[in-house]
Parts: sequence; C-alpha cells; structure tokens
Amino acid sequence: MAGIAVSTTINGDNIEYLCQPDETLLDVLRDRLGLTGAKEGCGTGDCGACSIILDNRLVCSCLVLGAEAEGRRIETVEGMAHGDQLHTLQQKFLEHAALQCGICTPGFLIAAKDLLAKNPDPTEEEIRFGLAGNLCRCTGYDKIVRAVQDAAHVMKGA
Amino acid sequence: MRYIRPLSIEDAVGQLAGSAGTAAILAGGSDLLVRMKGGFVEPDLIVDIKSIAGLSDIRETADGFSIGAAVPCAVLGENAALKKAWPGVVEAAKLIGSKQVQGRCTITGNLCNASPAADSVPALVAAGARAVIAGPSGKRTIAVEAVPTGPGKTSLAKGEIIEAILLDKRSPSSGDAYLRFIPRTEMDIAVVSAGVNLTIDEHGVVTAARVALGAAAPTVLLVEEAAEALIGRKLDEAALERLAKVCAGACRPIDDKRGTIEFRRKVAGVLAKRAATTAYARAGGK
Repeated sequence: MAGIAVSTTINGDNIEYLCQPDETLLDVLRDRLGLTGAKEGCGTGDCGACSIILDNRLVCSCLVLGAEAEGRRIETVEGMAHGDQLHTLQQKFLEHAALQCGICTPGFLIAAKDLLAKNPDPTEEEIRFGLAGNLCRCTGYDKIVRAVQDAAHVMKGA
Repeated sequence: MRYIRPLSIEDAVGQLAGSAGTAAILAGGSDLLVRMKGGFVEPDLIVDIKSIAGLSDIRETADGFSIGAAVPCAVLGENAALKKAWPGVVEAAKLIGSKQVQGRCTITGNLCNASPAADSVPALVAAGARAVIAGPSGKRTIAVEAVPTGPGKTSLAKGEIIEAILLDKRSPSSGDAYLRFIPRTEMDIAVVSAGVNLTIDEHGVVTAARVALGAAAPTVLLVEEAAEALIGRKLDEAALERLAKVCAGACRPIDDKRGTIEFRRKVAGVLAKRAATTAYARAGGK
C-alpha cells in the first residue's frame, strides 16, 4: 500500500513521509522517521510519554494521526539540544537527578518547555498542574519540579 | 480505511452521506483514536474536519458566541470574552483531561461522544447552548440536550455534522457554574456533576434558571423542577434546600465502583447547591 503523502516541518526541517490512514503520529515519528525520543507508554493519551508540540500546542502524539500533520509544525525532544549543548531544561534534569529509568523524561522535557514558553515564571503549583499529564513511576515528581524551577530561574536570567 | 480532509462542510457532509460502512468524524481525536486503539471501532472512513473554513474559530456575534466544532478546549480557556460571559462553560471544558488532551479535545466532540459523565455537557445544557448541524438536507439548529440519546448514542443522522455550538449573549446580571465530584484532585471522570445558569433582577430575585446534572442518568439531565425551585426567589437557604432535594430526586444513576446510587443522589444535590451559589455570586447576587 502506497499510503498518504504528508509534508510537514519537524524541529525546523521540512520532512515528507508516507503513512497509513490509521497510523498515529507517534508511530510515524518512531518507526518511519527514526525519531525515538517520544515514547509509547499507554498509547491512549493518559501518560504523556509521547508528548510533542504541534503548532504551539502540547499534545500526545499517540492521539494524533500521522496524516493530520500535513502542513503543520512539529517540535520533538530531538530538537531541544543544539549539537552537544543541552537545553537548560535537559541540563537541569541531569543536575537535579530528575530521572531514573528515563522513559517519561522526553515527555516531561517537552511539556516543561511548553509550560515555560507560555509561563516563564510558574509557581510550584502551576508546574505541578502543567505537568499533570505526564506520569513518572520513579522519581516521585519532586526532583522534576525542582529541575523545572531551577531551569525557569536560569532561563529568565538569560 | 480512508482518511480525508475536506475543505468545505458541504464536501464533508457529502462524503459522510455517501460512505458505505462505518464513518467517523475526526476533530481532536481524543475519544476516536482511543476507541480505534482499543479495537472498539474500525472506521472505513475518517473525515478530518479541521481544514474546513471557520470550524476552528470562536466568533463573537450580535447574538452571542459561535464556537466551531474543531476548537480545542485549551483555546476556550484563552478567550477572555467567552470566559467573562460563560465562566461555567469554560471551567467545565477546562476540566477535560490533561494539558495534552486540552490541546486537542473539543466541546462538540465531548457532546457527540455522548458519555453521561461528559464534563462540558451539563454546563452547555444549563447554558441553553444550541448545536448547528449541517446535513444532506441542509442546516438545522437544536438544543444540545437533544443531541445525546443514550451512552455513546446521538440523534445525528447519517451525513450530519455539528459545525458549531452557539451560546447566547449575556446580560451582566447572569452567571453560570459547573462542579463535579471526583475522588482525586484532577483528571478523572465525574462520579456526578451539576451545572447551573441563572439570571437575577435588581433585587437579587432569580428570574430565569437552568439546572443540569451529569453522570446521574443515561444522558445529561435538564431538571426543570430544579429551575422552578430557584425562579421567583432569592437564593436563600430554603431555595437551596429545595434545589438539592429536587436534584437528588431527579437522578436515575447507576450503582458502580465509582459511586453508589445513594451517594450520587446526595452529592448531586450538594453540587447543585454549590454551583447555584457560585452562579448567583457571578450574576452579582448577594
């Protein structure tokens, strides 16, 4: 089967791919484009491990069809670092040990990036609400919240 | 399976009406894709309505607001005029799912998914919202409470698409509110819920009211007797007690692990009282 031809922008690059009508954007990213940063946790929009930013909106890529990405702008965790230079959020996740197994981390990083883009100076409560769509079974969340607070502090000063 | 992205509502209606097999309308996909993933539905045709002109817009008109079927709930929360006019509707829509889900889910989808526990629907019913439906024989406008007919079932005929939800213009002495009970802080399905919308006169007497209950029957309930308990009175203790009693009596809930019949009846009354109190304060009542 030939599939649907889709032309989109991912992390600033123009990308074209073919996909099946029932294929999710998460499957396209991972299996067709080799962008394995977004993870499949639940596949039903509950865990946030597959979070991406689609036209400036944080979404679960498991709840988007690959065909829907035509003409739109996608940001994934792969676009956060520049070469060897990590994004401030990534650096702060490392410094605060805000991850253990790491499966949820790309989703948290993208959700935190979206949060800080819209609210550069969030309270702890706003961070916890803003990241409530991302589940983590390891950290207990406190380290993640502290990493995001520290990143926000640094990014405001930048 | 075919995926199409029509550019006009006429084309979308034509494709749906002419389709053999099962067809699904895709806006936010937060119900549809989960159902597809779970194997509960395998549509032969998916009609993505997001490229149809106007369906992704909130328009403020002389009569009120027109909310396009493809407007994500996150966008409702960012519209200051809508939030000011209909805070109860917006707070209900903002309770649906996580931030990720908010970026996709729509109130029209919430209505058409036809869950008795849908959060935005009691608020829309209380608000007297109407659905503009495009279909093979033209357009029609119906009250939102006439859309769901039972769990997962709607009154929409083959080929019909809700293109917008209409909300009336507000008088400053009106207010609405929506509350639900869930056993955790956020992101859960309502065990029971209540939406109240009312208007008061200069003396604080309620002149118009609509009360709706969610997760209390196979469809969201518009409880006319509950509105009658409020109309013609100030929102005093006696009126609130009468409201709670009527709401508890109107419930036809199920008994399940999330709540017993007795619990749902009791809490429906409590939530109606609290939502009425908030709506009254928003209307300027003291």
